[in-house]
Amino acid sequence: MATNTDLLSGIEVDLREIATSVVSRAMKAGATAAEAIAREGTEFSTVVRLGQVETLKEAGSRGLGLRVFLGQRAASTYSSDFSEEGISHLVKGALELAGVTSEDPHAGLPDPSEFGSVPGDLKLYYDDVYSLPPEERIEYARRAERAALDYDPRIKNSEGGSFEVATGHRVLANSLGFVGEYRRSYCSLYAAPIAQAEDGSMQRDYWYSVARTISKLESPESVGREAARRAVRRLGARKIASTRVPIVLDRTVAASFLGNIFEAASGDSIYRQSSFLVGRLGEKIAGENITVVDDGIMPGGFGTTPFDDEGVPTRRTLVIEKGVLKSYLLNTYTARKLGLKTTGNASRGLTGNPGIGPGNFFLQPGERTPQQIIAGIQRGFLVTEFLGFGVNLVTGDFSRGASGLWIENGELTFPVEEVTVAGNLKDMMNNIVAIGNDLEFRGSTACPTLRIDGMTIAGE
Amino acid sequence: MTQNQTLFFQKFGITPTDLQRYLSGALSAGGDYADLYFEYLTSTGISVDESMVKSASQGISAGCGVRVLAGERTGYAYTDDLAPEKILRAARTAALIARGPAQQPIQGFKEHPAHQLYQVSSPSADANIAEKLELVMRADRVARAFDPRVVQVRASYIDELRQILVVGSDGTYASDVQPLARFSLMCIAKSGENSARGSSGGGGRVGIDHFQTEKTPEYFAREAARQALIQLDAREAPAGEMEVVLGPGWPGILLHEAIGHGLEADFNRKGTSAFSGLIGKRVASPKCTVVDNGTLPSRRGSINVDDEGSPTQNTVLIEKGILKGYLSDKLSSKLMGMPDTGNGRRESYEHIPMPRMTNTYMLPGDDSPEDIIRSVKRGVYAVNFGGGQVDITNGKFVFSTSEAYLIEDGKVTAPLKNCTLIGNGPDALTKVSMVGNDLQLDEGVGTCGKDGQSVPVGVGIPTIKLDLMTVGGTAS
Repeated sequence: MATNTDLLSGIEVDLREIATSVVSRAMKAGATAAEAIAREGTEFSTVVRLGQVETLKEAGSRGLGLRVFLGQRAASTYSSDFSEEGISHLVKGALELAGVTSEDPHAGLPDPSEFGSVPGDLKLYYDDVYSLPPEERIEYARRAERAALDYDPRIKNSEGGSFEVATGHRVLANSLGFVGEYRRSYCSLYAAPIAQAEDGSMQRDYWYSVARTISKLESPESVGREAARRAVRRLGARKIASTRVPIVLDRTVAASFLGNIFEAASGDSIYRQSSFLVGRLGEKIAGENITVVDDGIMPGGFGTTPFDDEGVPTRRTLVIEKGVLKSYLLNTYTARKLGLKTTGNASRGLTGNPGIGPGNFFLQPGERTPQQIIAGIQRGFLVTEFLGFGVNLVTGDFSRGASGLWIENGELTFPVEEVTVAGNLKDMMNNIVAIGNDLEFRGSTACPTLRIDGMTIAGE
Repeated sequence: MTQNQTLFFQKFGITPTDLQRYLSGALSAGGDYADLYFEYLTSTGISVDESMVKSASQGISAGCGVRVLAGERTGYAYTDDLAPEKILRAARTAALIARGPAQQPIQGFKEHPAHQLYQVSSPSADANIAEKLELVMRADRVARAFDPRVVQVRASYIDELRQILVVGSDGTYASDVQPLARFSLMCIAKSGENSARGSSGGGGRVGIDHFQTEKTPEYFAREAARQALIQLDAREAPAGEMEVVLGPGWPGILLHEAIGHGLEADFNRKGTSAFSGLIGKRVASPKCTVVDNGTLPSRRGSINVDDEGSPTQNTVLIEKGILKGYLSDKLSSKLMGMPDTGNGRRESYEHIPMPRMTNTYMLPGDDSPEDIIRSVKRGVYAVNFGGGQVDITNGKFVFSTSEAYLIEDGKVTAPLKNCTLIGNGPDALTKVSMVGNDLQLDEGVGTCGKDGQSVPVGVGIPTIKLDLMTVGGTAS
């Protein structure tokens, strides 16, 4: 099979030129300040199922976003149309909209003294992601799936193996003279096998590897085997009686829990009084063993960028230090609202006002291996998957579907499903009694294995 | 709409000859079928936060996706530039999925009479931004005036107009102009140390007049404020198995998660659904009849044609407890030898279509809602929910309450903190012992995610009683 790589190199616009010219056109049309984002990207993905290619997808795309100010009024527009007509429509529309929005004393671009970009190579872009010939990309997906299918005779079906590649190029320019750009690359391998028990009941699980360069991607075989191991160990899962025992979050679900803490600490939730962390700056909100960091500059990180989406350099922010809430995560607007300084966490798509996004957000690892943590528990529940989104950040109430493995006398015994795990984030932060040494980034938020006491499991 | 009236012919100068040429390019390496999906989407949004309109936005996205099917294989490529050479390049890229002699598309297109489900005189997207601003500002004022304990209000109004053209190598030709509007409101109430949140919203394939006359900002504002105030006094929800009564309307998300996803044909074709092979078997109590109906006028989940150009339908999924059918798109229909139910949907031209729900609901029964509540000794009455999720393969599903009460001795008593309900799809509905006569569809806020693609959907249900369901609270 051949692949037409033309699509990937078929975009011939100068993004930097476009972004700066859109800003100057908005200023000429009467804006008092303007900011433009221009982005382009490519994607390739293939899914192989039961050894056969199921899908093959390839494309390139681009977009342009403009935010304008008329004094303290803001508005924004976006388009995928880079033509003369498209750009003039973009500028005209933004200014019209800014004529109807409200005067907001805190609106505006960052202070010019705050602009900048983290120097040096942040290791975000590797052109080797497209270096594999097309046949070999498909082979990667096929190998991941085959390793899963070959792992155990109980792996009887599969949702497939996949291999994906993406690259992106982003330019930010504003009327205060900031122009910055960066490129990022991404590749991933994924396998989702299905295990079947003798009674016909099925369990699916998955595993994956992501990296900015092919050279750091785990082997398809290790991805496939891990996916199969996770699926097979769920066979025969049963419901348990409602109880209150220590729970252990494996690092995939622990990262999801930590994501709730990120949302609760973000400036938007704070100024809108929508978080249980409102007014807690400088106070103890977690056990002394808890330190949480947002690091936007970690080389090669999935949350790393040289500057945020307002042109402010990213940085390393201590969010929780030994249980004390040290900093919220802020952009320019939320910092002004709260009388604080931006932490370089502005994040925006092509349209709308900037929100808050994580750098590399993680909980500092502890000393113990996951096995040691489990060994210390008489009766408990290792959660390997959460289902649903039952988290209320206003109150901290937490109630999610869960599946995993029962712990008896320090050992994993049988798989558990169709139960919920409930508590409150405020209590959970104070009841983390053990932290694993297994921190690993598979996305921009990462957390080691955690043991949390005092939660309620609802089942039979 | 006749061919030469569509925007793609007028604005982009595309001709029927061009379409034939692109389809030929897509089939240049063989394949069974190829189609082109043209999309031109305009959207606007305006929101109020702290009584200020802090942002207003609008945008345009346009592009064309080319798909080639060869057996079970799908090749896909798209372009956001509608220049002929770019579309042709996408067609030739998608073509690489097939290996064989070039095929020719059928000459000439056939357009079938379509539904007319959007009774919109002028789409909301055309309305003056000042009118939309007025809607969100009114909501803000009313929610704040409702009670001094309401301390934060955010309201937004978003609308879009999606123009599509789908042509296929089998002569398929369909175009549609799909309006969609949605109003959302969230508020925070505070009393002493307690905070709580309430939310509401609605809309559909409607114009702005829907929000000026039928479902007004005042209606949504009072609803969200009422909810937040109730939650201020919520107590811990119970933990464990008990009787659960679902109120009418949005709690129909139960059907969407418990059975809807599991009946999407792709999972069943691959044998990965907990419902695989259960057609003709009992999966619910005889009181349950569930349909997926894409043809309800003005509903959020309704469309005249799906994103493969097939007319939408009213499909019976469960009839008196017996599993009747799956939701299918073209690919699954062909490979499984079953009818295409017009459920092939996609998020945008960047995405491959797959079987998706439209409006999924349970038909009404004979019981009165009052009798249903009276019949419960101790249980939970859940009237509003946030989101839900399902594991298709083992059938386990969850949905989380945003407004629920304890039922004690047949009476609704204390409000409960948000909690998750969990169950097993293939047998959850076998526990339905009473079905109310009060079917309601939701207000029109649902968005369903599958494989990274979001599409608007609707749900509905009458008041029902489940004899047994696990409630994920913290109280014993």
